[in-house]
Amino acid sequence: MRFGGLTAVRSVDFTVNSGEIVGLIGPNGAGKTTFFNCLTGLYVPTEGTVAYQGKVLPPKPHLVTQAGIARTFQNIRLFANMTVLENVLVGRHTRTKEGLWSALLRGPGFRKAERESEARALELLEFVGLADKREHLARNLPYGEQRKLEIARALASEPGLLLLDEPTAGMNPQETRTTEELVFAIRDMGIAVLVIEHDMRFIFNLCDRVAVLVQGEKLIEGTSEVVQADERVIAAYLGEPFEGEPGAAEAAEVEAAEAGAAAADTAGTVATAKAAATATDTADATRAGTAEGEGEAAEAGAADVEAAGSADSTEGETQ
Amino acid sequence: MTDTTLQTPVERGPLPLPAAVARPLIAVGAVGTIASAFMSWTWTPDFPGNLTIYGYPAGLQILALVAGALTLLYVLALWRVKGLGWLNPAGATSPVFLTALSAFAVCWFTGIAIAVDLGGLVNLDPGAYVAMVASLLPVLGALALPHPAPGTGLKGYLTKPDQPRPGTLSPLVERAVVTVGTALGLVVFTYGIGIDDDDSETFIGFLLICVFAAWGLVHAGLLDRYTTMSTRHKGFAACLAFVAAVIFPFTQSNDHNANIGVNILIFATVALGLNIVVGLTGLLDLGYVAFLGVGAYAAALVSGSEYSPFQVHFPFWAAALTGMAASLVFGVLIGGPTLRLRGDYLAIVTLGFGEIFRITVNNLDGDSGPNVTRGPNGITQIPDIQLFGFNLGDAHTLGSFTLGRFANYLFLMLIITAIVVLVFTRAADSRIGRSWIAIREDETAATAMGINGFRVKLIAFALGASLAGLAGTVMAHVNYSVNPQPYQFAGAAPPNSAFLLAAVVLGGMGTVSGPLLGASLLYLIPEKLQFMQNYELLAFGVALILLMRFRPEGIIANRRRKLEFHETGQLDVPAQTTLSEDTAVTKAGA
Repeated sequence: MRFGGLTAVRSVDFTVNSGEIVGLIGPNGAGKTTFFNCLTGLYVPTEGTVAYQGKVLPPKPHLVTQAGIARTFQNIRLFANMTVLENVLVGRHTRTKEGLWSALLRGPGFRKAERESEARALELLEFVGLADKREHLARNLPYGEQRKLEIARALASEPGLLLLDEPTAGMNPQETRTTEELVFAIRDMGIAVLVIEHDMRFIFNLCDRVAVLVQGEKLIEGTSEVVQADERVIAAYLGEPFEGEPGAAEAAEVEAAEAGAAAADTAGTVATAKAAATATDTADATRAGTAEGEGEAAEAGAADVEAAGSADSTEGETQ
Repeated sequence: MTDTTLQTPVERGPLPLPAAVARPLIAVGAVGTIASAFMSWTWTPDFPGNLTIYGYPAGLQILALVAGALTLLYVLALWRVKGLGWLNPAGATSPVFLTALSAFAVCWFTGIAIAVDLGGLVNLDPGAYVAMVASLLPVLGALALPHPAPGTGLKGYLTKPDQPRPGTLSPLVERAVVTVGTALGLVVFTYGIGIDDDDSETFIGFLLICVFAAWGLVHAGLLDRYTTMSTRHKGFAACLAFVAAVIFPFTQSNDHNANIGVNILIFATVALGLNIVVGLTGLLDLGYVAFLGVGAYAAALVSGSEYSPFQVHFPFWAAALTGMAASLVFGVLIGGPTLRLRGDYLAIVTLGFGEIFRITVNNLDGDSGPNVTRGPNGITQIPDIQLFGFNLGDAHTLGSFTLGRFANYLFLMLIITAIVVLVFTRAADSRIGRSWIAIREDETAATAMGINGFRVKLIAFALGASLAGLAGTVMAHVNYSVNPQPYQFAGAAPPNSAFLLAAVVLGGMGTVSGPLLGASLLYLIPEKLQFMQNYELLAFGVALILLMRFRPEGIIANRRRKLEFHETGQLDVPAQTTLSEDTAVTKAGA
């Protein structure tokens, strides 16, 4: 997928099997949402195809949904002035056929289809826990429930593959946990799920496999452990250690110059320079250590986050 | 009933009169207003409506009488006179103020109009002075009553007070209420349409009292209750409205009023068709009147007019189908290329296509193109419709009633309007209607939910077009002729695209009754206020601006639109939620 001269997503090969939760992570601007938009036909890929169950999909959103891929949006896009129930009923669009004529004539077939759609929609609302709010306008729901409703709406199209674009963005830990359970429940329905998320704890808890997208290209794909252990991933998120350490050298120079200006004795200057160099080394070492630690303690989500945090601060120092 | 006035902190009104004086003052003023209606207001019958006779109210005096009676009722309700509690369930003071204002407006308007029209205060008879003084008293008295919303100043009188949640009546009683309401509506409408076209003063008085009284009823919460009742008995209310419309021609001795009625119905039907396109699907169509024109021209060409190049005379049903089909084809032809556009671009393109239709029809006159439509002369002498052996052009006698030509067409048009209403409601409440609304709300999300946006929009466009075409076929027959002139974007008289759009927006987008009401107002007001003809577009523009500022959702608001424009938070909480839940939610929202 190219926008003018910018290649947003380049040769990303990706397979999701049914009953599997796959995570898609990557730093901001890596092309995750663009990739989703390509999959769902909102963008027409410049090259390449999207195939679902062996069939190549045309880049038309409604045909993609028809084929069985449903999605949610990063910034919630509900039908704000429709009720909760109506929102889910719109999701049923591809699975019902009643056209204008049957709507005008209101035959028994139409009524039956409407009743079934409604029953199914209520079932889904029950599933995500919004059944008692079915008459509310979607715009009046609190944020977390809007996210849930968007998932219910996507599920209403009876997808085989569900694409979730940052389902927990802006949620508190408790809400994130309920979303996690919801996604597991969806997986148990036999639906393949592909999740974009920035919350690493969420993603590594949830996903059977995780793929990392960096600057439009897939860096690595594998289990949580493999991905977390991969140095390139860490580098992509946190930046690489400087080779040749220009920062350290410069710092040393600056300090040396300062020291020179201060004009104590020569030996003192050298000592300061050495001290500076050592400090930089230590920072690098911390970082390498953390990366290893991540690899070992892959399952301890809390550890990850802390590690990421400390690594972050290290990066800040280096810069 | 709980006493809500005692719970709120009492703030005195802006006038420093003791409360013991305020209420009697209102009552006396109201009675005085009523009494004044039976006096002579001016010495000469030159002033419209003949207000000269003692003991016989006419024209504006009747309006003053009604306004005075309403004020009296409301002040008695405030006094807790038994049997009047239902008039003002919340016990608010602002309905009294507003009804008093309606009487005041009518009386003072009349007084000033007499003085201005006839040249001087000398033309006022004692009755007019009595009316003006008497109608002022209730306004003063109402301002001395406890303030309806403490701490908000004068604005508090104009913002709607909170209402207690209405209890439910038995279905039978509710139906009776709906029946009475419909009958009242018929009376008001009949009165308005029956005002002579030259009686602009009376019509202005009528509008004044309608606006203020309706406002007062809204403040009292009665209109809201009525709306919930009639939505609870939707089918019943619709049938009643239909019956009322059928009764209407029988109340008119003058076929001219039936003519107005037919034209209102045609206008309203087209507006309802446009409501599918604009209100439901959210496609701003500025050239919609062209579809009406296509239908009218198609019907005119095949209905046996001697000026038609096609010398065929289809029966009406076939002509109607031809008109619909022609509009449908035209709609699909225009929609095909344009519906891929969104928003403003679509509006501009439809505006262009609308004008193309008019100019083309103007030029198909044999000089600049083949002679099909006879250019600006139009196709004239379209014969009347024959239906089931009846010639709709002849007057028919039914018992003691004589139904003229336009009354016949009114019945035909009523059936067509009923069909269009049915099509609208059924289409809106279905899979296809939901996809229209979804497209209006968020087209990207709608397509991501599997809706074929283009296809669904094209269906809306084509359906709207064919409904307009159907109305056009009747219009061609009613007017005996078709010519390109009315089918422009903006003109001084309906129908034109701007007026149609205004009828939808003014009435309320996405509702059935909204465009019907909007179309009636937009047709009646220019018709009855002939003296304004030169300033009509100006007044129209000002009215639209005011409406958009103060009530952007239209007169009759769709529940969705209401919420969209006034974020009061919990308007949509279903009626069955209990009060405690309600407050909890409000707290959470705040």
